[in-house]
Amino acid sequence: MEETVRYAEATGLLGSVWLLVAIPLVSAAILLLLGRRADRWGHWLGVASIGAAFVLGLTYFFQLRGLENKSVERSLWDFIAVGDFKVDFGLLFDPLAAVFVLLITGVGFLIHLYAVEYMSHDPGRRRFFAYFNLFVAAMLLLVLGNNYVMLYFGWEGVGLASYLLISFWYERPTAATAGKKAFLMNRVGDAGLAIGIFIMFATLGTTQYDEVFNGVGGLAGGTVLVLGLLLLLGATGKSGQFPLQAWLPDAMEGPTPVSALIHAATMVTAGVYLIARSNPIFSANETLQLVVVSVGALTLLLGCIIGAAKDDIKRVLAWSTVSQIGYMFLGVGLGGGAYALAIVHLLAHGFFKANMFLGAGSVMHGMKDQVDIRRFGGLSKYMKITWITFATGWLAIIGIPPLSGYFSKEPIIAKAFERDDWTAWLFGGAAMLGAGLTAFYMTRLFVLTFHGPKRWTDDIEHPHESPKLMTIPLILLAVGSVAAGWLLSTSVPDWLTATAGLGGAEEGEAHGVLSHTVITILSILVTLIGAGLAWFLFRNGTATEPQPAGVLVTAARKNLYTDSFNEAVFEKPGIFLTRALVYLDSRGVDGLVNGLAAGVGGGSGRLRRLQTGFVRSYAMSILTGALLVVAAFLAVQAGWLA
Amino acid sequence: MTELKLPSIDYAALAPILIMLGAALVGVLIEAFVPRRLRHAVQLGAALLAVLAALYFVVDNAGERQITIGGAIAVDGPTLFLQGAILVLAAMALLLIGERSIERGGAFVAQAAVVAGSEDDRRQAEESGGATEVYPLTTFAIGGMLIFVAANDLLTMFISLEVFSLPLYLLCALARRRRLLSQEAAMKYFLLGAYASAFFLFGVALVYGFTSGIPGRTAGVDFATIHAAVADSPSSPVLLYAGMALLAIGLLFKAAAAPFHVWTPDVYQGAPTPVTAFMAACTKVAAFGALLRVFYVAFSGSAWNFTPVLGTVAILTMLVGAVLAVTQTDIKRLLAYSSIANAGYLLVGVLALNKEGLSGTMFYLVAYGFSVLAAFAVVTLVRDADGEATHLSRWAGLGRRSPFFAALFTFILLAFAGIPLTSGFTSKFAVFGAAIEGGQSWLVIAGVLTSMILAFPYLRVVVMMWLSEPGESTPTVSVPGGLTAAALMIGVLATLVLGVAPGPLLDLANGAAEFVR
Repeated sequence: MEETVRYAEATGLLGSVWLLVAIPLVSAAILLLLGRRADRWGHWLGVASIGAAFVLGLTYFFQLRGLENKSVERSLWDFIAVGDFKVDFGLLFDPLAAVFVLLITGVGFLIHLYAVEYMSHDPGRRRFFAYFNLFVAAMLLLVLGNNYVMLYFGWEGVGLASYLLISFWYERPTAATAGKKAFLMNRVGDAGLAIGIFIMFATLGTTQYDEVFNGVGGLAGGTVLVLGLLLLLGATGKSGQFPLQAWLPDAMEGPTPVSALIHAATMVTAGVYLIARSNPIFSANETLQLVVVSVGALTLLLGCIIGAAKDDIKRVLAWSTVSQIGYMFLGVGLGGGAYALAIVHLLAHGFFKANMFLGAGSVMHGMKDQVDIRRFGGLSKYMKITWITFATGWLAIIGIPPLSGYFSKEPIIAKAFERDDWTAWLFGGAAMLGAGLTAFYMTRLFVLTFHGPKRWTDDIEHPHESPKLMTIPLILLAVGSVAAGWLLSTSVPDWLTATAGLGGAEEGEAHGVLSHTVITILSILVTLIGAGLAWFLFRNGTATEPQPAGVLVTAARKNLYTDSFNEAVFEKPGIFLTRALVYLDSRGVDGLVNGLAAGVGGGSGRLRRLQTGFVRSYAMSILTGALLVVAAFLAVQAGWLA
Repeated sequence: MTELKLPSIDYAALAPILIMLGAALVGVLIEAFVPRRLRHAVQLGAALLAVLAALYFVVDNAGERQITIGGAIAVDGPTLFLQGAILVLAAMALLLIGERSIERGGAFVAQAAVVAGSEDDRRQAEESGGATEVYPLTTFAIGGMLIFVAANDLLTMFISLEVFSLPLYLLCALARRRRLLSQEAAMKYFLLGAYASAFFLFGVALVYGFTSGIPGRTAGVDFATIHAAVADSPSSPVLLYAGMALLAIGLLFKAAAAPFHVWTPDVYQGAPTPVTAFMAACTKVAAFGALLRVFYVAFSGSAWNFTPVLGTVAILTMLVGAVLAVTQTDIKRLLAYSSIANAGYLLVGVLALNKEGLSGTMFYLVAYGFSVLAAFAVVTLVRDADGEATHLSRWAGLGRRSPFFAALFTFILLAFAGIPLTSGFTSKFAVFGAAIEGGQSWLVIAGVLTSMILAFPYLRVVVMMWLSEPGESTPTVSVPGGLTAAALMIGVLATLVLGVAPGPLLDLANGAAEFVR
């Protein structure tokens, strides 16, 4: 049942869909170029540009609803046209893109609003808003492009802006290191995506979504597998999934909960978007789907376990983000109708995670930037609004009905159990276990922060509630955390069905290993057990210093040794390569000739000069190279004769 | 006595070359006869005028396809495209070279032998206006490059190689500031350049030997003969491959490909910055123009044999450039390693060995030339009392001091990093796409990976400029004179335009991508 993907030409109001990207971009440019002159009003320009983009997004959304073919593209100009290879600078507005646009601009608007107050004492606020706008513009370009090259544009732009945002508080060495780490890990993913795009170009001769999706059926299975794995590598990099998850929690060291949030609620969804968008590619190969599902299941457990051992409020939330995106990967990997469930979870997560991140910011605001949950306690009396809004986020993420997490997460768990072999138990079990663990560590976070005895540091006497500009976004998001799940799960899957090329939520018979009712009951039960256990253990607070712990907890505190893994796989070879090249470039060749006479003794000092500066060693290097090149030529020729 | 047969000469097709060489001779005369205080203006004006006139004839020759002057010069699409590129980039470099308002007397010293900082040196700075010999030297070099990309036999190629190299060695030695460093760099460049030329010449001799004995042809080093010999020469192929390897070495040296790149950082750092800019942009075009012609016209018959070796060189070059750029602390050395890495990407385009590869490489050369000229233009502006402040630590917080120039430089660095909507992205995309088409996926994978590494040092500079507080030692950016400002703006605008709408130039390159044999 090959279905041809066809996009309609965008007409009328939808023809101006490029404004969505242009408005934040222009605003960022103005803020950067005007410099200090814009310090007094710059942040309001930033807020207004995102607000305008949101209103526009809504308008386009309603336009789209009235259309027959709900996928419209707007070609702006031929970006590259050489021979028969063409890259269109064009945008695609379809149900999937529309959903992301609303998420990015909607949540983005609230964060901007909140940041006006939160950053009010920071002399760099204007600059911060400029990067912020840049980020939103890049993110919108990412989800609006009508081909993979456009997606790559946005992808790179998001990476760049996030590097700037994470490095924003450069006074903290940790922030700089985190920026570097985020950058390097993302580059690994980016390389995957870039090579994937080149493979697409080599095998299909195009990168336009419709042509790629229509052509993928004709590709060899191996090619599809490689292509999909490369795209997946890109997705894991951006979305903080195994094996490239380590940067995301570190990035929470960045300036504020605000930037943490922009990552948690928007940037990390880019990977999910990529896989959802490329659904026809992933659906074409079962091994590929299995890999995506495995990555999701593994990461969701990883995030839960590590999250349970962390004491930094932002880090716990960061690891919970990693884990929740694991659920989304699980969903998109299951294929068929499940990918729509993943998008629902993504949207719902956007609300409750934003709610909790901003809540964490509000707590820090009142507690003199303390982030250690062992040093909170009893805050419910002092920050009523934050407490209540955070509670809705907490109940939503652990999946207590009828809050939003229940409606978005439970169907994914159920779907995982619907696989038709033993893997149903594996993945369903992992998802179920993850639900219990999530309940445990989120309850721990909530109880330690807002209840139990005060364990504050001595300099804090009266924590205060945050000003209105911060609490209003919190309240709005809390409403979303309560209601969004049900609304979304009843409307979004149908809406997404209209996305061309993405197989809709076909109503198949649920023939899972367990009946749906059993799964529902089980998952609620597991959640209650996890939450109850955490409440029982931490109701009286906890020690304010790290305690000796068993093997599992120690491992979890050390991020389950995944950092060591990354170090061994990415960092060490890189460092070795650099050293080796520096060595060869500086004195390797000279040293070869002089024997080791110069010896190791004077070695390091001279090594630092990078190049010896002696013409004779340069000439030697050229000669060696020349001999090698001549030898290689002759060797190739000899092989050719043989 | 046999009748002497004169080769036919198409003067119109040779006009750009003749104009540049003629202008160089006129420049020497100007040195002799024009009074000192007028000399600078007259020289600069004459050089620019010559470049524009040559450019006019290049445009006028569009569509020309012929081999003239006894088979020595080929005028075809790639020749004209690359000549045009060299001339445009050289005009920008001349603007930088001619800048006098930033430093008294300009970047070049008239009597380099005077001890730096001495009483004599001070007097010299006040009295003589700085070296005006740089203009004829530059025009000679440009003339040599124009022949180099058009040369249709190996001897013409060798001679033009020397014609453009010798003035460059001299130019490198003329820095007013850090004079000893500059002279040391020139000495190194000269010694190593001569050394590499010897390889090239030896290669020519071996290839000549290989071409003897083909039925119905006399031996020779013109590309058509070599092409025929590759197909059916009775001589030992060892001659061919050893010769081809040695020729490649000579050219790769000029192109700054590893492991023949060792001179690059020292020379780029030591040479006066306008000359570095000229070398980074124009020498690159000339070297790759020659590489393209040698491998696409003369040796195309043995592509299977040279691609693995040159591919390895390309990967090594990208790796060395990218990885060592990470450890650099001097902006000029950083740009030197970036130039090495870019040589690697260009080689990927060359090795695609198809029409797209040819046009992509030519596009890349133009795009990179504009960006690198703009980058060095900014380097000439960031200075303190002791001249240019090239150590990277001095650039910290530059974004606060001079947001405008820091923003321009940031844009250029983003282009080098290959961020989309800059020419850095489109040009990389063009060569990588061509290489994929040509079946060289391994090179593309290496290229993508190294460009990911290479983005890091660039972005580190960006972050340093914008996110660090200016220190005590952060210099301010000098207000550029009109010439530097013009070169800088042209470079930045070209980087933007080629990034957003590369279509017209790509079409032009594509239309020009056919060699005459």
